[in-house]
Amino acid sequence: MILLSHEDWKAKEGRFIALWTDARHAYALYEPGELVAVELVDNAYPALHHAGAGWFQRLAQDLNGHKALGAADIRPAIDHKRDTDGGGLWPEFKSPEVEGVHQVAVGPIHAGIIEPGHFRFSVVGEQVLKLEARLGYTHKGTLGMIRGKSPRLAARFAARVSGDATVAHGIAYARAAEVALRLEVPGRAIYLRAVMAELERLANHTSDIGAIAGDAGFAFLDARFALARERICAAAAAAFGHRLMMDVVVPGGVAGDIATGGAVAVFEALDALEAELPSLKRIFEDYASLQDRVVGTGIVPPNLAAAYAAGGYAGRASGQTHDSRLLPGYPPYETFPLYVPVEREGDVAARIRIRLAEIPESIRLIRDMLHSLPDTPIAIAPPTGSGEGLGVAESFRGPVWYWLRIEGGSIADVFIADPSTLHWPLLEHAAATAILADFPLINKSINGSYSGVDL
Amino acid sequence: MWKTVARHLLSRAAEARAADPAVVKTLREKVVASKLGRSLAIRHVSAGSCNACELELRATQNLVYDLTQYGLSFTPSPRHADILLVTGVSGKNMREALLQARAGMPEPALVVAVGDCAVDGGVFKGSPAICGGADSVLPVDLMIPGCPPSPERIVQGLLALVEANVVPARVVKPRREPR
Repeated sequence: MILLSHEDWKAKEGRFIALWTDARHAYALYEPGELVAVELVDNAYPALHHAGAGWFQRLAQDLNGHKALGAADIRPAIDHKRDTDGGGLWPEFKSPEVEGVHQVAVGPIHAGIIEPGHFRFSVVGEQVLKLEARLGYTHKGTLGMIRGKSPRLAARFAARVSGDATVAHGIAYARAAEVALRLEVPGRAIYLRAVMAELERLANHTSDIGAIAGDAGFAFLDARFALARERICAAAAAAFGHRLMMDVVVPGGVAGDIATGGAVAVFEALDALEAELPSLKRIFEDYASLQDRVVGTGIVPPNLAAAYAAGGYAGRASGQTHDSRLLPGYPPYETFPLYVPVEREGDVAARIRIRLAEIPESIRLIRDMLHSLPDTPIAIAPPTGSGEGLGVAESFRGPVWYWLRIEGGSIADVFIADPSTLHWPLLEHAAATAILADFPLINKSINGSYSGVDL
Repeated sequence: MWKTVARHLLSRAAEARAADPAVVKTLREKVVASKLGRSLAIRHVSAGSCNACELELRATQNLVYDLTQYGLSFTPSPRHADILLVTGVSGKNMREALLQARAGMPEPALVVAVGDCAVDGGVFKGSPAICGGADSVLPVDLMIPGCPPSPERIVQGLLALVEANVVPARVVKPRREPR
């Protein structure tokens, strides 16, 4: 960590990832893991000009009462000013002052089986002029719950920050704790973690691609991709004892070894997916009615994705080449060559194509890793110690960052940066390039985590 | 093609899904007055989950579990729902929305809490940002624990609701015999 003056803090350039505060400092994280800080003066710090800083500054205000001086956006993030009985005033949403504009309110309860959030569309006819997403509905006080816990116990919370990326969150958290406690993780644990992370990527990519097709009225792809996800989850349960592989990653290693017959179950699921993928891909590419809905829909231009330093498929579909498995990189990925697909169109179709291209990569990685599992212990017990650490892991959405300060064996402070935080503003931009009926496709193609940003 | 068809038919899950008779008995005593019948529409509300329960809820609709074969389907509107299915902790920010969803449902209606968080707050129990489990906001008729519960378990739990609503002589039979 580098302590900066207020001027240097404001002038700092780079790909901004996250901002948070503790009792004395405000911290900013830049790619590929550069941490800078500035001292708080009267519970305030200078606001950053980076596009992605908005939500983090609002969050710091709501969680810790620390003001970002000069911030343009000072709306509450997670503090909805609800009374104890649940009542309270609802916020006003500003509409563009153009004749014929009306507002469409959606949520917090959505039509499908998804997390809660409120979307306020300003529309003229079908054309969306503006979208304002109001999040914070899934705020559970996760950061507060982690403080004071032992690193081992706190892993249960990291695993539940965003359930769809529980493995990636678990790895990023464990790596931060291991850096803080100067812990060397055994090779077998590193490989098993990566196998689980790639399985998680496959499960999410398959189910999301199917769900997008389903939203375009294409039930067949939805059904087949849902079955692929089901096979992967069943194999994960056979190999690691849990369909989503929750609570398997712990600081110091993994909680259990891969079960006998687990690798075979995983290989079978991969074989089935690999056999069916070319035909599913062809259907996706060949059906004009489906392509008509996804091509040119919900465009995130490359300059916008760069301004928000967007990671994952949302960034890679818009010209961003970043993948935290390569930069900053972490084991075991230095041992395995990794192809990262990149496109520039930035529409729903490009995001699907990126995810389709990532599937064979993950299949290959899992096979290679399971075939070369090191014969070492699976974990070492974390010592009672003190220290500070940053950890990163590439979830299916992009890089997940954890920052931890451990004092005398318990966690004194923590911050979690899910890639979704930088994706939500992109969704707001992308929605305003399309019609209202296309929003479900755009939303699903970016698939921001609600729980991961509401913390 | 026939080979593919045969392979897909054989790949269905092996075990039959049935509700726990003890749960059915308890539920029947609880919901005997509701007279909802056997085809139930579910309105799902995430009151503060992590998306894991949602993933597994969606999985109940896939080709393997096929929840619809038991007469259970998800509906986008509380106005059409017989069951309010709650996942996640009841966050303070979602309390009012959850109550409004329940108020929007026609009576009689049942409330099901799915997942450890909805049962009692799960790992987040005691967090100042939450009210607690679903029953801290609404009376709950059935709880399906698990973190997250597997689709299998969710189907069995919901099946208990269907069975509790039919006269004991008739036992619900899946449209297709499970293999």
